[in-house]
Amino acid sequence: MVGTRRWLLGVCLCAWAAAHAGPRAEVIHWWTSGGESAAVKQVEQAYRAAGGTWVDTAIAGGDQARAVTINRIIGGNPPTAAQFNTSKQFLDIIEEDMLNPVDDIARRDHWDAVLPAPIVDVIKVRGHWYAVPINIHMQTWIWYSTSAFAKAGIAREPASMDELFADLDKLKSAGLIPLAHGGQAWQEILLFSMVLSNLGGRDLYLKVIRDRDQAAIHSEAFRKVLVAFKRLQGYVDPAAPGRNWNDATALVIGGKAGMQIMGDWAKGEFIAAGQTPGRQFGCLPGLGKDSPYLIQGDVFVFPKTDDAATLRAQKLLADVVERPAVQLAFNKLKGSIPVRLDADDSQFDACARKGMAILRDPRRPVGVAEVYLTPDQNGALQDLLTAFWNTNMPVERAQNSIASALRY
Amino acid sequence: MATRSLTRATPYAALLPMAVVAVLGYLGAGLWTFYLSLTASRTFPSAHVIGLAQYHRLFDNERWMLSLHNLAAYGALFVLASLVIGALLAVFIDQNVTGEGVLRTVFLYPYAMSFVATGLVWQWLLSPGDGIDSAIRALGFDGFRFDWIVSQDHVIYTVVIATVWQASGLVMALMLAGLRGVDPEIWKAARLDGIPAWRVYAQIVLPMLWPTVATVLLLLGTAVAKLYDAVVAMTQGGPGIASEVPAKFIMDHLFLRSNVGLASAGAVVLLVPVLALLAPYAYARSRKEAA
Repeated sequence: MVGTRRWLLGVCLCAWAAAHAGPRAEVIHWWTSGGESAAVKQVEQAYRAAGGTWVDTAIAGGDQARAVTINRIIGGNPPTAAQFNTSKQFLDIIEEDMLNPVDDIARRDHWDAVLPAPIVDVIKVRGHWYAVPINIHMQTWIWYSTSAFAKAGIAREPASMDELFADLDKLKSAGLIPLAHGGQAWQEILLFSMVLSNLGGRDLYLKVIRDRDQAAIHSEAFRKVLVAFKRLQGYVDPAAPGRNWNDATALVIGGKAGMQIMGDWAKGEFIAAGQTPGRQFGCLPGLGKDSPYLIQGDVFVFPKTDDAATLRAQKLLADVVERPAVQLAFNKLKGSIPVRLDADDSQFDACARKGMAILRDPRRPVGVAEVYLTPDQNGALQDLLTAFWNTNMPVERAQNSIASALRY
Repeated sequence: MATRSLTRATPYAALLPMAVVAVLGYLGAGLWTFYLSLTASRTFPSAHVIGLAQYHRLFDNERWMLSLHNLAAYGALFVLASLVIGALLAVFIDQNVTGEGVLRTVFLYPYAMSFVATGLVWQWLLSPGDGIDSAIRALGFDGFRFDWIVSQDHVIYTVVIATVWQASGLVMALMLAGLRGVDPEIWKAARLDGIPAWRVYAQIVLPMLWPTVATVLLLLGTAVAKLYDAVVAMTQGGPGIASEVPAKFIMDHLFLRSNVGLASAGAVVLLVPVLALLAPYAYARSRKEAA
């Protein structure tokens, strides 16, 4: 008898809890390193404070996390929300009609006005908004060591590709590693994007990467870009192949190397080493004051569901992520910048403030290669660039191979 | 009567689960892969058939062509080296050396390690400035350089070194089992005739081990076709794309690059040499059984 009463009490409590629990969101993401997980905790806390329950499914490695998300969507057991890069990675899922749009929140918050155009182009498909952007990374910052620059007698930041090469020569004759580089394919495409956007300019960049324009790829201007890209290899030390990006950053931090071209996540390494922007190291968003600013970032997508409770959980998450306070808290820890052009920049460091100012100039932000290319086009380009960088492939052949790879 | 037919049905019933797995899992999946290779499938399988366009694209892809080239060079060297080293080790142990048990374990031990662990260990050993490179310089050979793992032209040989180290122990074990099965009378007869031991091995014993060698070749051949994890652990296909292999191309396009169609075309192409290796073997077996 007592047993039955207890059992009934248990049932009642459970039913009560189920009826009163807020929206419950299972979120797949790959923010697993120290700074990243601290950043995502901010979103989690905000979601809890808004009355939701956050179920954290962190999977190390973006590739693995995305594979799990796609497999679970196909298998009919999708998470409430999942992270992707701001890119074409999730375009196929949209085309298969497997994502819930978040149009009402996008309209309410005027995303058309407050988000940079390259981000809007990716998340808005045929008039519907399919992803909630959380941050923006700029991938091709030039980080330099002020002590190395002083040692080499470099008085001011380079403002053109020619000045950059002149500075690299000075660093070389000063006995330093001119360019710190990690010889991995993704770092090589990043370096190439920097040369293409700064030397080739915004128009050539968009023609080649966005439009995959055969004439532009076969042009003399693009040939010059490839030559300059390959020329950079002469300023890299022999131990570069296979090196991780943060080990290359450590060379700049220690003053052994002059500069590194890397995304804004490298800033965290300088800060962790106790350095201050403008003092021990400098950050340069591009060559010259109108240089294109190559952006990407992360988004959450919401797999399709008819379940009312899950829909509520998705809506709440979309709402929370886009709140200015959450944007600030997340991005300060992540090292990226808020997606909202109207965000308050007073709490960010000097480098991030430079980036946020540039972002408000509509002529400067463009997407990185992944924003315009499908994953396999981007992969094919990456294969060719890393082969060109590492071998004696003639520049004409590289040009032809890139043209034929981007034809598909 | 009923009992007899039941007795005859039992083995078939026992084979049924395996048969179902083979037909659905291997044959079915193989046909499905072939079908997908004819479609425009991207992240998801698609029913939009585009004929042989994926194959056309595949053979227009520099990385795929280099992968095939690497696989051929790797395959020839790996099979030959594993076979020779494994056979020599087996012959060596067959001389009734002292501590045979210990040696057998030592030689077979690498096979117990995963390809990933093997790859990582050899990556450290071969990395210039560390491992073998610096150890030999520390011995006083100042000019010694061993930087194959970062060299465009030599990196694929480092994969051969690591995988031969791992596989030759298994070859030894199989060959040793074969050698121990040789009739001792043959050895006695050869000794009476005064034939030197190496000639007995080369001209009598090893030819007798042909079925064992065929098994070894089959095992090594499949290891070549599926080469993936050792490359991922050792070089990640680099420097550049110098050590890319077909299985890695397929895996990359299946998952990271969201192109199921192109990956399937690659998988079908990779199946062709496997069948080419397997067909003569199966044919020889069936003829032998018929005889």
